[in-house]
Amino acid sequence: MTKVIEVNNLTKSYRGATAVDSVSLAIEENGIYGLLGRNGAGKTTLMKLVAGHELASTGEISVYGASPVENSAVLANMAFIRESLRYSENYKIGHVLKAAKIAFANWDDAFAQSLVDKFQIPRKRLVRKLSRGQLSAVGVVVGLAARAPITILDEPYIGMDAVARKHFYDILLADYIKHPRTIVLSTHLIDEVADLLEHVFVIDQGRIILDANTEDLRGSAAVIEGSTESVDDAVAGFVILESQTIGTQKRVVAQGLKAEDAARLQSAGLAVKPATLQQLIISQTNMDSSEKVEVA
Amino acid sequence: MDESGRPIFLQLAEQLENQIISDQFKEESQVPSINELATFHRINPATALKAINQLVDDATLYKKRGIGMFVNAGAKQALITKHSQKFRAEFVEPLIIEARKLGITSQEIIQMLGKESF
Repeated sequence: MTKVIEVNNLTKSYRGATAVDSVSLAIEENGIYGLLGRNGAGKTTLMKLVAGHELASTGEISVYGASPVENSAVLANMAFIRESLRYSENYKIGHVLKAAKIAFANWDDAFAQSLVDKFQIPRKRLVRKLSRGQLSAVGVVVGLAARAPITILDEPYIGMDAVARKHFYDILLADYIKHPRTIVLSTHLIDEVADLLEHVFVIDQGRIILDANTEDLRGSAAVIEGSTESVDDAVAGFVILESQTIGTQKRVVAQGLKAEDAARLQSAGLAVKPATLQQLIISQTNMDSSEKVEVA
Repeated sequence: MDESGRPIFLQLAEQLENQIISDQFKEESQVPSINELATFHRINPATALKAINQLVDDATLYKKRGIGMFVNAGAKQALITKHSQKFRAEFVEPLIIEARKLGITSQEIIQMLGKESF
């Protein structure tokens, strides 16, 4: 596999606040990657750096072997759809699509038009008068119809309802199958997209705390529930990511259980279930930002 | 796929095995392509590929170059043997655990089974 994006020890600080902290990662050609993390974790900053919209404080970014900053050869192969894009005052969707057609070499106009219909984006209304969900849909249309070899979508569904989001996931997958490319999707709706992702990066407080193949991650942790005493006995020696107690009942998320361990615990009368990706990631995020709960 | 958190490729491989056992896919017939499986189950095609590769490694499926994936002759019987071996661990043991919890004796379970016809 060819690496298309390589980030090495990348840090971005704004007046003393570190948004991205010593991040290193590699993204290979043709795959759907998830950049997961809570609001304010550093997802957008990292994507902006990769897309050359921001300058790194220290560290290196290479996209197709070169720095993306002011590099038209690199940027011609990249579509970066930010969570809130601004369009000219008097633009309607038609103007946006015409501009995108000029910007992206692989632009598929027929596909773009079909997406406008599918997401029911009003063609006669000014883009700045669209609802939040419709505006997000404009970003999705541009991001997908660009068919750019590197497509970066930063929380592209803000304001979309559940039906529109489902459309988006289905269209993304179908179009990826027809036109494989490198897609990086940032999201905090982990459960909704987990099945689409081949690889996940979890970012927390500017640092990458998890970098793994999604399928390897599944089944790597288990939720174990039973009486406090028996759970404590059973999980001694395993890494505990999360633990909750109610009365004499205890539930833990434990990492590194093998199939035979699970069978042994079950015959000891404990309930053992594989942790979902979302449970696994939430417990890892909690562990790293111990006791700090911020409401975004 | 189900919400259990188990690796999806294992769930998909098992589902295809069950479809072969129940004759939904007969021996020497073609199974859906990677892309069809990915689209239907809304999963990453790499995950579907992993499931198919496992079934090819197990000699359950074989590849006809340029045409697609087919069920091997003899695959059904081999899968029945394989699933029978897992029957005790997956079905009998949980039954025993639950019975023990409720104080149901093995004689009582045998009586219950005696009333079922299968």
